[in-house]
This record gives sequence, C-alpha cells and structure tokens, in this order.
Amino acid sequence: MVKRIDKKWELRLYVAGKTPKSVTALSNLQKYCEEHLKGQYRIEVIDLLEKPQLAEGDQILAIPTLVRKVPEPIRKIIGDLSNEEKVLVGLNIRPA
Amino acid sequence: MSKTQKKKAPVLYGTLPKALTGITGLDEITEGGLPLGRPTLICGEAGCGKTLMSLEFIVRGAVQYNEPGVFVAFEEKSDELAMNVASLGFDLKKLQEQKKLKIDHVHIDRSEIEETGEYDLEGLFIRLGYAIDSIGAKRIVLDTLENLFSGLNNQAVLRMELRRLFGWLKEKGVTAIITGERGEGNALTRQGLEEYVSDCVILLDNRVVNQITTRRLRVIKYRGTVHGTNEYPFLIDEDGISVLPVTSLKMANNVSTERVSTGVKGLDDMLGGLGLYRGGSVLVSGTAGTGKTSLAASFANEACNRKEKCVYFAMEESPNQIIRNMRSIGIDLQKHIDKGLLIFNASRPNLYGLEMHLVAMHKYIRKYKPSVVVIDPITNFINIGSVSEVKNMLVRMIDFLQEEGISVMFTALSLNTVVSEQTDEGVSSLVDAWILVRDIEFNGERNRGLYVMKSRGMKHSNQVREFVITNTGLNLIDVYLGPDGILTGSAREQQMLLEQTGEAIHSSAVNRKDREIIRKRKVLEAKIASLHSEFESVEEELNKVYLEEELKKQILEKNRAEVTRLRRGEIAELPKTSSKK
Repeated sequence: MVKRIDKKWELRLYVAGKTPKSVTALSNLQKYCEEHLKGQYRIEVIDLLEKPQLAEGDQILAIPTLVRKVPEPIRKIIGDLSNEEKVLVGLNIRPA
Repeated sequence: MSKTQKKKAPVLYGTLPKALTGITGLDEITEGGLPLGRPTLICGEAGCGKTLMSLEFIVRGAVQYNEPGVFVAFEEKSDELAMNVASLGFDLKKLQEQKKLKIDHVHIDRSEIEETGEYDLEGLFIRLGYAIDSIGAKRIVLDTLENLFSGLNNQAVLRMELRRLFGWLKEKGVTAIITGERGEGNALTRQGLEEYVSDCVILLDNRVVNQITTRRLRVIKYRGTVHGTNEYPFLIDEDGISVLPVTSLKMANNVSTERVSTGVKGLDDMLGGLGLYRGGSVLVSGTAGTGKTSLAASFANEACNRKEKCVYFAMEESPNQIIRNMRSIGIDLQKHIDKGLLIFNASRPNLYGLEMHLVAMHKYIRKYKPSVVVIDPITNFINIGSVSEVKNMLVRMIDFLQEEGISVMFTALSLNTVVSEQTDEGVSSLVDAWILVRDIEFNGERNRGLYVMKSRGMKHSNQVREFVITNTGLNLIDVYLGPDGILTGSAREQQMLLEQTGEAIHSSAVNRKDREIIRKRKVLEAKIASLHSEFESVEEELNKVYLEEELKKQILEKNRAEVTRLRRGEIAELPKTSSKK
C-alpha cells in the first residue's frame, strides 16, 4: 500500500547530542524511510549542540524534531518517532 | 552576632542584588529594580501592557545600563514588535544592529507539528542559550511563554521543562521577565506559571471605573526585599511607561522662608505685605464667577514676570480661552508662552482616571521643572472619583510639589449650599493658605468679596476686601464700613459720593461762619473804637472840670491871701478881681 512519489524527500532531524531519544528517533526514521521511501530520501542530522544557530531557522523547540523540508509544505514531527503510523501520516507518506 | 556570621553577613544577608529597569517609578517601588539574575513574572489581562513593560525593560537595559538583552517573542514577529514600539522612540532595528538587542521570534503552529513519542524542549534551551551568548545578554524576556501550551500537547513534559527552564535561566545568571496572561478566577496566569517563578511577581491590571480606564501595577511578591505593596497607577505614553510611586511616607520636606507675590498687590498686603511662602500651597475657592481663574492667572503671570517657569493645568477652559479672557483684564499670558515660561496643559478631568492625572502632572512637572504650578480647577475631579480619592490624590500632589519646592495654586468651586464653606474636595485642611472669594449680594447687585481664611505661618488680614476686576488687572479695595454695615460695589461708590457731597456742604458752611465771625469782630472792634473815643471825650470833660476847679481853688487861695493881707492893713494896690466881697 505504499504510494510512490517521484519527488525527492528531504528530511532533517534535529538532535542535541547523542541522547537516547535522539538515537531512537534516528533509528526509527531510518527504518521507516527504508521501508517506504527507499532511494528517494535524504536524511540530514543536525546536532544543535554543534550548530545552535540553526535552531532559529526551522523554529526548533523540541528535541528531537523531524522536519520535512521537501516536499512542501514543511511538516514537523517531534518526539522519538516511536509511533510509525503517526510519522507516516505526519510526513504525508501515507494519507490519513 | 558571632564572628563568623559577621564575616558572612555581607554575602549571605546582603541586600538582594537588583537590576534597574529604567522604567520611571518602577525602580522606586521595587527599591532598585528586578532581582538580578532571577526570573520575574509579569502577569495581567490582555492589553494591560505586559509586552511593552518587558520590552522597555530590555531596551532601557541595553541603552541606559549597557546590558544587552534578548526578547523572545512567542506571539509577535520581530517586525511587528519593532513597529509597535517605534512610536515610543525605541529603535529596535538599530539596537539589533548594534548587537545590544536580539529579538527571537519563536513560532509555534500546532497544525505543523505532529507529536509522536517522547521529547523535551532542549531545542528551545539551545536557542535561548545561543541568543544569550551571541550578544552577551544580561537580560531576557519570554513573551508569552504560555503559548507553548497551546502549541504542544504533552503537558507533563511542558511543565517539567518549564521548571528546568527557570532553573537554567537562574544558572545562566540572566535577569529574566516572563509574561503570562491572567487566568480565570484568582489564578495569576492561565497555566499557573507563578508556581515556577517564586522571586518576583508583578501584576498589571487594567480597570474600568466609571467608564474610565486606569492601568495599575502591583508587586505581589518580591522575595528577600522590601517593596511597595500598594497598587500603583501607571501610564503608557510617548515616553513609555511611567509608574507613580505615589505615597511619600516621609514628611521631611525642606521649607522656604522666601515669599512670593501673588500678583495682586492688595492680596499681598493682606498676607503680611509679602505674599505667599515659596513652595507653599494655596487654595482659592469661591462660587461661580468670582474670579478664581483670574486670580490664578495673575499668580501665574506674576511668576513669569519674575522669569520663573509656570505650568498651568487647565481643567475647564482651553489655553486659548484663558489667554483671551485674561487679556481682557490686562494680563498678557501669550508673551510668557512665547518665551517658554508658561506652559499650559489642558485636559478634561474625565479624560482619564485620577491617578493618571497625577501621573501626567508628575511627568509634566518633572519635564519642565516649574517653580509655580496652577491647577484650575480641582473641582471637576470629583466627577471621576470619590471625595476621599480626590483628597488622596491632592495630598500626594501637594506632597510631591512641596518636596520639589514648587508653589502651587488650586482653584476650587464651592457651592453655596455647602454650609461649612468646606470645599468639596476637602483639601482646605491640607493647603497652607486658603483664600475665599465670595459674592456679596446687596441692594440688587452682586459684588466680590475676598478674604484670607487661613494662612499658615504669617500674619494675615482678617478683613473682607472687595475684589474688583478691572481692565488693568485685579485689585482689592477696602470695603466700606458704614453705619448700615458693610457696603460694596455701587452702594460703596454711592456712599462715597454722598460723603463727598457732605464734605463740600460742610466746608462751605464753615466758610460762611468764618466770615460772620470776622464781620462780628469788625463790628465789635468798631464798637470798641467808638467807646474808646466816648471815653476820651468824657475824660476830657472831666479833666476840664478838674482844671477849672483847680484854677478856681488857686484863685480863691490867692484872693484869700490878698484879703488876709489887706486886713492886716496893707492896702492892696490893686485887687485884681473883685472876687469875694
């Protein structure tokens, strides 16, 4: 039931250091992308501890935050992404 | 006290370090500003000035105290903010360029955000930390933090993170202001932010009483320091916020023995010939149309003539109206205005609340530093407050003016129905001098009488004088005390005329009498002269008789001697006369 979209997916995951939550989030994300968007996505992990100036641009409050830059519109998912259903709906990979 | 305690005292028990806000009056109430390096909560309803107050704190910090600040806006964008405060003369853009100010707009849109699983607000912390560090901020404002609650679902996480945030801010050592919207019921904030901020809580309030809005401020709590506990009105105008720390507890003002003229010669004479004390307060009360404003204008005019500044608070008439009206009695106020000596401030009493009037007057007086202030009249204040409120306000006004050594003249309308001659405002006991102007109705006309009800610390006349307004100014005339009582106006004039006539008649009568006396004397003198001559002729007659007698006697003697000789035989050769035979 996976809907293939020709657009490239640009995902950004904001973390702050290697906290358990961040690690969980990243591994969850990678898992979902491999399953649903294989070959069409790019994940950029931004560690705000290293680049705090980037927090303002994407209006980051919570950690971890996943931002879908492309396709537009921007979507944000916060939390450790443990709920696959919500992540897929949130990223508009699967229609709600 | 033990030695160790003594040593530690300055550290442990020293006064709480504070950060000056630079907001007029607020630093006085808090005795030095907000707690340094700690969060302060400013809460209040919508539109009561939370954002402005916190922004002013940041801007003044950056401009006046060289403490850069971060303004984290959860509600407005930075452009909007800049526009909102541009009218107050805050140039946020420039400050941002100078790295003295940083505005960070935190945008939370629930529709964009999906929550799944656990998270924390480390991102916000990093942002704040980055903003603080990038300009070396000493101050931070979070306006309004509660928006987080509408953007995020997980309350438990939020509350935990908030607690952590306040701890973190303290650790950072920045003086923080957190604003919060007033909650329902007695709650200070909707989300109970007050439970996280324990150091200083300031409540702003925007109350409507009698259709007049007054903003007020109250320091609800301020740990570890003394602070004003009352509600203080505050004003937002072109210079930002001014809070009025109204009640001065001390009554230790310096007093002057210098006297200043009231501008009316006769009145000065009544006040011991010298006028009023500088820095004193004088109340002029009277019924309508008795010349209170004229007296006040004359007082102001005199001050300006002395090259002193005067602020005239006109509560009833517009400045132009006063200028025109005073010109008709020979007082030219316009020239003083042109020279900048006289400053008019006209406002209707019900423009804003009593307290706001006080704040506004304070501001004006502080700005222009006059030596004389006129408030004309104070009567209408009663429309916007109770007697005790008005009295309170005027007490504070007088207090403030006395502290500054400014002479003040109030005018007040008293009603004929008030038996005790108390003014409505009940300020007569507060003022140093009280001049009453009243109309004296007699013989079908009204005239003005003026007397000094009281004048502290100087000899003053107990007389009622007639108060005359002429083309060339004000004048006081002694009232005529005739056999029929006190006469004023035309009755006085008439009496005076009558007296003049009487005097003329009297003097002509005197002349006539004088002439008669002269005439009488002349007659008498003539009589005396004739008597004299009569007497002389009688005397002459008498003398003649005497002489004849004498002659006769002599002749007789002679004859007798002759006879005697003849008898002796001697013949007389010739008897001269054939006298005795």
